[in-house]
Order: sequence, then C-alpha cells, then structure tokens
Amino acid sequence: MHEIIEQLESKRQRARQGGGERRIQAQHAKGKLTARERIDLVLDPGSFEEWDMFVEHRCTDFGMEKDTIPGDGVVTGYGTINGRLVFVFSQDFTVFGGALSEAHAEKICKIMDHAVRAGAPVIGLNDSGGARIQEGVASLAGYAEVFQRNVNASGVVPQISVIMGPCAGGAVYSPAMTDFILMVKDSSYMFVTGPEVVRTVTHESVTAEELGGAVTHTTRSGVADLAFENDVEALLQVRRLIDFLPASNRQKPPVRPTADSPDRQEMSLDTLIPDNPNKPYDMKELILKVVDEADFFEVQPDYAKNIVIGFARMEGSTVGIVANQPMVLAGCLDIDSSRKAARFVRFCDCFHIPIVTFVDVPGFMPGTSQEYGGIIKHGAKLLYAYAECTVPKVTLITRKAYGGAYDVMSSKHLRGDVNFAWPTAEIAVMGPKGAVEIIFRQDIGNAQKIADRTEEYRQKFANPFIAGHRGFIDDVIMPHATRQRICRSLAMLRDKKLENPWKKHGNIPL
Amino acid sequence: MTTKKSPRKPATKAKPAAAKPTAGRAKPFDTILIANRGEIACRVIKTCRRLGIKTVAVYSEADRDALHVQMADEAVLIGPAASAQSYLVVEKIVEACKKSGAQAVHPGYGFLSEKQEFQKALAKAGVTFIGPDAHAIHAMGDKIESKKLAKAAGVSTVPGYLGVIKNADEAVKIARQIGYPVMVKASAGGGGKGMRVAWNDAETRDGFRSATAEAKSSFADDRVFIEKFIEEPRHIEIQVLCDRHGTGLYLWERECSIQRRHQKVIEEAPSPFLDAATRKAMGEQAVALARAVKYVSAGTVEFIVDGKRNFYFLEMNTRLQVEHPVTEMITGLDLVEMMIRVAAGEKLPITQAQLPLKGWAIESRVYAEDPFRNFLPSTGRLVRYDPPPEDAHVRVDTGVYEGGEISMFYDPMIAKLITYGANRDEAIGRMRAALDRFHIRGVSHNIPFLASLMSKDRFVKGRLTTNFIAEEYKNGFNAADLPPDNPTVLTAVAAAVNRAGADRNARISGQLPGHEIKVADDWVVKLDDAEHPVAVVPVKGGWDVTLAGEAVAVRSAWVPGQPMFEGTVDGQPIVVQIDRKGIGWRMFHAGAQVDVQVLSARAAELAALMPKKAPPDLSRYLLSPMPGLLVSVAVKEGQEIKAGEELAVVEAMKMMNILKAERDGVVKKRHAEAGASLAVDQIILEFA
Repeated sequence: MHEIIEQLESKRQRARQGGGERRIQAQHAKGKLTARERIDLVLDPGSFEEWDMFVEHRCTDFGMEKDTIPGDGVVTGYGTINGRLVFVFSQDFTVFGGALSEAHAEKICKIMDHAVRAGAPVIGLNDSGGARIQEGVASLAGYAEVFQRNVNASGVVPQISVIMGPCAGGAVYSPAMTDFILMVKDSSYMFVTGPEVVRTVTHESVTAEELGGAVTHTTRSGVADLAFENDVEALLQVRRLIDFLPASNRQKPPVRPTADSPDRQEMSLDTLIPDNPNKPYDMKELILKVVDEADFFEVQPDYAKNIVIGFARMEGSTVGIVANQPMVLAGCLDIDSSRKAARFVRFCDCFHIPIVTFVDVPGFMPGTSQEYGGIIKHGAKLLYAYAECTVPKVTLITRKAYGGAYDVMSSKHLRGDVNFAWPTAEIAVMGPKGAVEIIFRQDIGNAQKIADRTEEYRQKFANPFIAGHRGFIDDVIMPHATRQRICRSLAMLRDKKLENPWKKHGNIPL
Repeated sequence: MTTKKSPRKPATKAKPAAAKPTAGRAKPFDTILIANRGEIACRVIKTCRRLGIKTVAVYSEADRDALHVQMADEAVLIGPAASAQSYLVVEKIVEACKKSGAQAVHPGYGFLSEKQEFQKALAKAGVTFIGPDAHAIHAMGDKIESKKLAKAAGVSTVPGYLGVIKNADEAVKIARQIGYPVMVKASAGGGGKGMRVAWNDAETRDGFRSATAEAKSSFADDRVFIEKFIEEPRHIEIQVLCDRHGTGLYLWERECSIQRRHQKVIEEAPSPFLDAATRKAMGEQAVALARAVKYVSAGTVEFIVDGKRNFYFLEMNTRLQVEHPVTEMITGLDLVEMMIRVAAGEKLPITQAQLPLKGWAIESRVYAEDPFRNFLPSTGRLVRYDPPPEDAHVRVDTGVYEGGEISMFYDPMIAKLITYGANRDEAIGRMRAALDRFHIRGVSHNIPFLASLMSKDRFVKGRLTTNFIAEEYKNGFNAADLPPDNPTVLTAVAAAVNRAGADRNARISGQLPGHEIKVADDWVVKLDDAEHPVAVVPVKGGWDVTLAGEAVAVRSAWVPGQPMFEGTVDGQPIVVQIDRKGIGWRMFHAGAQVDVQVLSARAAELAALMPKKAPPDLSRYLLSPMPGLLVSVAVKEGQEIKAGEELAVVEAMKMMNILKAERDGVVKKRHAEAGASLAVDQIILEFA
C-alpha cells in the first residue's frame, strides 16, 4: 500500500514538473510565471482542486507517442476566490508550448461543463502557441468544442480570459467570446494572423507587440479590456474583478459589507459643473465620490474614453456604471463608445447587475468617418442594449442630454426605473444655438434677434423642468445628495421584476 | 452690480481667530467692506462676525463662487477676473462702499493696501480706511525716504556710503569707517554681478577694481558703492500697533528667514535667535519709527539681523502682514480687531507691560505649486480639500473649499497653516502632524516641501538665515530631500490597512459554506521596491504587527475606504493618507508619497520573478510642464531643431513659458496645436 501511495506521489510530482526545469526557467526568463504559479496567485491559498493531472495526448504521428507529458499542457480544476467558487484552466507553455491538443481541449471543456452546471465563473489563463499541429483536425475540433462551450456559457456564468503569452490564429476566438479579456503588457499578444503573414500579404512591417500587444488591444482595437504590467498584477486584479460578479445568472451579485454611509453627502459636487457650458469636467470625480469607498473598477479605461464603464458598489452591492466623459470629445457618442457601452450594459443585464448611468451627452459624433463606419448600426447597439435590459436602471443627467443621445442614455422611455437630473441639466433636441438657427431660419441675418431667440430657447429648454413636467425626470436633485438618492433608488429596486416577451433571442443590430 | 449672496452653507467652520473676550464693548462699525479676496478676506470676515459687524465682500467674475463671497453678508461684483480691472481699481471699491453703505474698508494685504490714493479716495467718500494714514503710507513707501526717516528716528540702518567712490584708496577709507566685512556693489547691479565681499583693506582694493570692471562690462556703468556685509543674515520683523491716543506697542517679533526667492515660506514667533535685550531694543526702535511718522494701526518694521545680533532697518510695511497669525497666537490679540477698533478711534486696551509673549507659533504657507517641478504654479479644481481640524494648537486660515477652484488669476496660496506649542519643538511637532493631516487632491501643492523643511536638522535647531533654502536645497527640491521616514510606521500601517481590507473582503456573500476564506497572518509589505515580511493580527482597537521580530502596536479605528489613517503606532500618534491604486495603495506621510503593495508570501516570491521594466523614455517627447494654454508651436513636423531653439509657448498663470529644445533632433509629430488647453505632462511634440 505504501508503495502504491508513493507511486501516486511520484506521478503527481512528474505532472507538476510540467515541461521540466529548463523550460520553467525559460518561462521565467521571459518574465512569465508557470501555469501552476499563476493558479497559486489567482485562487485562495490551498483551495485549488486539480483535475485531469494524468491526462495525456493520444497522438501517435510524427513520433509524438514517445513524447507525452502528464497534464498535456493545461492545468484545470476549481478553487475559490475569497471563498467563492471559480473554475480555472491555465495553459502551460512549458509543455508543448501550451499547444492545444484534443486531450487538452477536453480538459478545458470538462471544467466549463462543470462551471455551467455548478453555476460558477470560468477563468482562462491563456499561454499557448496555438493548435497542436501534429494532431491536425483533431486539434481544430478541440478549439471548436471550446468555442461552443464559450457560447453556451455566455450569459450563464461570467467568463474571464487572461492573455499571458501568445494567443494567435483560431485560438483568439475563445477569449473573444468571453466577457472580459485582460492582457499582460510586453509578454502577451493576440492576433488572427501574425506579423510574418501580414508582411507577406500586405507588405506591412509591424512587430507582434504593435500588431496585437496589450497596449494595442486596450487603446486601439478595444479587443481587450485591461492591460497590466505583469502576471502578478493581472492575476490579483482578476480576484478584484471576481469580487464584483455574481457566480452565475442564477444568483444576485455578491454583497461586500462597507462602512461607507449611504447618506454621505459630497458638497463639492455642487460645483462640479463649470459655469461655462463648453468647459469640460471630469466625470470620474462624480463616480468616485458617489460609489462606495471611491472604489471603481474601470473597464476599458484607455479605449473610447468618451464613455466610462466599470463596476462599483453602492451599499456593498455591485452596480455597473456607464457615464459620458465630457473630458474626451465632449462626451459625445461615436462608434467605439457605443459598442463599448452596449456590450457592458448587456453584461450587466445578463448577471442582474443594476446599471447607474451618468449622462452628459451633446449628441452623436457627426462626420463621414462615423457615417461610413456605420454609426447608425453601432449607435443602435447601445440603444438596443439599454432598451432590452431588465435590471434596475438609475439614470442621472448632470448637464447636457441632447437629441437621440438623450433617448439612448437609459432614458425614461427605455424603461429607466429612476431618472434624476441635476438642476444644471439641459434636456432638449439640440443646443440652443443650433435649435434657434433652425426654428428661426428667417432671422439668421439678424444677430440681435438670433441672440434674443437663443436666450429665450435657453430659458425655456436649457433646464430639467420641461422633462420634469412630463414625468420623464422623476426628480431634480441636489448634486451633493446624489449618493443618497441613488442608494435609495437601488434599494427600492432590489426586487424589481420585469420580463421581456418570450423569444428565442432578439436580433441586436450587429 | 450688487448681488445678494445665496444662502449657501459655508464650507468651513467659522471660528474666531485668536479669540479674546471683547464682549460688552460696542461694535465700532455696523458694516465693513473687505477690499480683498482669498484667505485674508475670509480671516477679516471671521473677526467682523465675532464683533457683530456686517461684512461686504467684493469679487471679480472669476471669484463668483469664492469662499469669501459665500461668507460675507453681502457681495459686490467689481469687474473681470484680471485684478488690474477689479481688485486694483480704486473707484470700483469706493463705489461698492457707497452701494453697500459700508462705513469702513479693510484692505487686507497686497492689492490696494499700501496705496495712499486708495486711502485718500476713501477719505473723500467719507469711508474709514482700516489702516494707517496716507502720510505714513507715503513716507514708508519710498525706500530711500524711509531709510532717512529711520535714521533720523534713531533706528539702526545698514551702514554704507551711497555716494560715488572715486578710487580704491577712497574705497578703503570708507570700508574702514563702516567696519569689516563690507560689500562692494555695482550701483546698477543685480543678480550677484559686480558684487564683492571684502574682509580687509587688500580685499577692498581688489574688490573695488574687479567690481568696477565687472559693473562696466555688465551694466556699462562702473559706479560702485560700499555697505556693511551682513553675515548670516536673518529676516526678523517687529509687529507694531498704534492708536490715535498715543499708545504705540511692539507685539514682539516674527522671524521670516525661510524664504524662497524672497518669498516667505515659513514664519515663526518669537524668533529662536533673539534675546530679551535685542528684542527690547528692536521693539523700541520700531515704535520710535512708527511714532516718527505718526503711525496708527498695525504695521511691520522689517530688520536684517546678523550672526552677532546686530540689527538693521530694512523697510516698514504699512499693512497687516500675511504672517500676522503667529503674532496673534503668542499674544492672544486679534490684530484685525485691534485695527478695526483703532480705526474707529478707540484706545488700545493694553499696555506694553501687560502684553504677553506666551508659547511658540509657526506658520507654513501652503501653496498650489509643484515643488518637484521647480515650484511651478498649479491651478485647477480642488477635488479634495480637507485641512486639519482647528483647535487650540492648530489654526488654518483658508480662502478655498473642497470643489473650489485655484484660479490662474491670483496668488496661488491655498491656506496658511499655523501651529502653536508651549515651546518651539512642540510647535514643530504639531506642524508635522498637521501637514500629514492636510488632504489636498486635484492640484499640486508644496506640502512635501514644507514637511521637508520641518525635518531639517538645521531648522529644528533654529540655525536660520535668509539663505537657508538656497543652502539646504542646493540642487533644488527633490524626493531625496524628504525626511528619512521611519519605514516601521509605513510598513506597519500598510500591514494594518491590508489586513483590514482582507478581513473585510473575507466577509463577502456567496462563499462556499464550510470553505470560507481564512485570512492569513503572514504578508510581505512592498514599499516602493523594498520588501518587509510582516505578521499582522487584528486585536481590539487595532492590529498587532510583527516586523523583523519586533512587535509593533498599530491602533486605529480605520475602516477600508477612508482616505486618512489616523491612529497610533507604538503609542506615537500618526496620520497617513491613503489613496487606492490598483491592487495596492499610495500612502502619503511626512511629505513623502510611497506606493505600497501588500502581498501574500507566495505572491511576493513570484513577484520577485517579474521583470523590472524601465520607465518609458520621455526624452522623445516635449511634455507640457504645467496645465495651461498652448499659445504657439514654433516647429513643423519633419523639421530639424537645434538645442535651445524655441519649440512652443505655454501660457499658465498669465505667464508665458517658452519651451526650448534640450538637444538637437527632428520633430516627428505635433501632438497638440496652438489653442489647445494642455494638462500637465501632456505630449506636445514627439521627436524622431
């Protein structure tokens, strides 16, 4: 018996070795941690239950039958983050370069199936050279099996991808279908075709980092949500993110106790809006002063900065924040910001996360590049997302809410539950000047008349009370009381019930 | 033009400055207008309120929401933001007096406070000026005139010979009369050019020749003069206070030697240098001068004092000084009240013999400027502004509030922080604690510099001269000048903060029953790059931390999310400011800011494997050194540039700042165009 136990221990020892000491050192030399080290960081200490440690590939071509390593390039299992269940797979670059074999894919699929059944998030730590070429179509099939599970799990359990090494070709589509992609600067990249192919086909000369590095994807393409300096930071941030998210769509978001009073007043918000309507201010100051403990987990902070999205808590419960940012492009909606916010709104709706929207939007961005790029369809995504979602929606208009953008930004008409405005709010079809130049076109030559009419329009519409008369705004609130009013609204909405008509699924304008 | 102020809640507590019981006395005026802004306007309003006097504020368009406007009973708009069109326009203030029915005007300091025309215009309008009479302002306003008057009044002045010196022999003769050491100076001089210190006859001859030659080449004017060279000079000034009934008091001295480019930074009362005899001599001479010009109200006689306690008159300031609070703290008098009563014709209620000199007071001027960027002024919104709470030992004279604006139009002073103690060490200790507790976000501020000053051994020992800052910060101010903080404090606090956070996070809902997280006791605190293994356990009222085998008791009621960690470390009171930063924190203490991460032992072990990344190479960019307006860009993309060539002009605080190329290169890209408003560190140009 003793011998048998020792045998188990030695087999385990072999599996934990992964690709061996030399490859582990090479991994460290690249500034990367090993698959198991990463799991140590992301999970609570000692909580990891590993499965399929003894799985090996079944390939017999090209001499592969002589080359097997237990685990086959991916470490899978489950554990906890602050005591809450998560499933995790971590690709092991030291084993066959983390290449995905049929068996490797089966391991991933197994924990994904369990995650959906158990109702717990899946965290994928990606570090793989791609398909196990020796296995041919079996490897491709493996990818597709994973893709299908990504789709099945979408909206059922949160899926988080951390790109911690190469992720190229078909492999990118698994993370692409997950809810959040986090990347590590300088050591990870994602692209459909690599720099060599790019050079051959399009004669563009570009480095892997420029083509698909963390900075590229978090600032230019918007493919990834967050970029971090190194593995440790990225994995500890995953823990922070998981603390905001419900385990599945069967549960409400977690509650983390706080000492921050819901009645906290912030007098300085009374002066947040500058006297000059064209002067920007930082919407993030409002967010940080309203949410619990100034703790805001911003998502996509460096992409489409004219809209701010992220998670925060109010009275300990998770909320999703969507806010126009007047500091960038005057906070207008364009293609990128509409897509960015729409996807976030839908994520929140999937997982019962109430949405708090702060509105200061002068409209949609004009111009050929926007129209040719399809702003109509992309703007419609945000409209669709807000209109479709049934979670509690609390909206505050701080300053401008002009035109169609007013409708889009979680307005009353899109089933906004509580719609507030600050006294500085201006809710109108457009700004006073533009409006007067249309209504009183015949007076355009007369500067005095136009000025008078503009002032008249400003008096009449550049305030929240017209909307208030119709009940489109539930109340005009003091800026310093914003936190209190939103907390109360969310408390009132805690058991909100609203259902959309039965359908297989809607047809969002993709 | 007149607006009634909205009944807005004042953002600061109205608290009388240096309260002295004056109950029962009639109020000297019904309404006083304050012809100033910022902290001094607020400070005057506080005293008026205590005396039951109605206050009228004046304000420019940029100051609509300013604190002094909110605090006053009434406020009058007097014009556009530029002070030349508002606060400096005599007629507008006089008109505001008429509109508001103010009987008297307090001018504060700066602006119109030392303009005799203002005094005269008010007199003509029948409004009392709370300050000296025009003739005294005039007599002391002229540097030469005031020196002559001082000499005549028996006040010690810097010995020197102002006539033209013909040759080296005459120079030696004069030098001997003055007494060595002497300074040979170019009449047209400036910036240290044409200046020679001489300790004997030979050096005087040499000095005369070289100063003459240098003066000729530098200023095309070879005239030189000789005066006494003041060794180890200190700036010590005497506060005087006179009424119209013949009372003339000296309210002891203030030492203001800590100056940066002639701008006072730290002031204190009394001076750590004066003995009772010198104090008396200086005080009596100051009063003699005041009497000589029939001075009424509060004024300040400035002296330069050498290392042997010889003192020489410099000038007299005929107004309330910025640094008057330190005098109030040690005398218990409210100088503004005294000025108001004197202006109303009342007799001063105290004699020289009754005047106390009790304890020690220090004032730090908190400025919106970045000490790490050569003290460039900073403007913008005060996202957070929470000064230390006032009590018997801490006073904050402030003109701003959280959510207010530091405007580019005026002096960037945020507040004056005054601490008081039974002795100097106590006052310094309280200043350090108060600086730690001063919470400012949104604009850069000089608190790191002030904290550094408070920690300098030479400052603590009181060995001051007006060259203190130049000598102690030879290469300007940088992070190395920050006090060597005791790492135990920050490590222990970081350990406690992290433990509190981890324990709280462990109370999140939805954990697997029976498998809840158990928070570890062992952690590694990373302060910048240094690692400190710690053990930390929560106990009643705080945490017990074990650090390198030593037990450290951290006690605080801090809970996650609070920006201020107030408590004790091993019984010593501490305040550490804490900002969340990703997975760690940024902690502020003793002027320093430190990035902190607290990792599990395993995470620390793995973090050690992470590559050290070099900070991005910013020399490839021209960055805006300050927030401001990009006035012009002088170069085109692809253009070759030479070191020293003008690249762009940025306007901030009404100052044009010309940004020049630091080395030769080629412009790759223009990232910002003229007219853009720039944030600090925003990229203007990229070089190839």
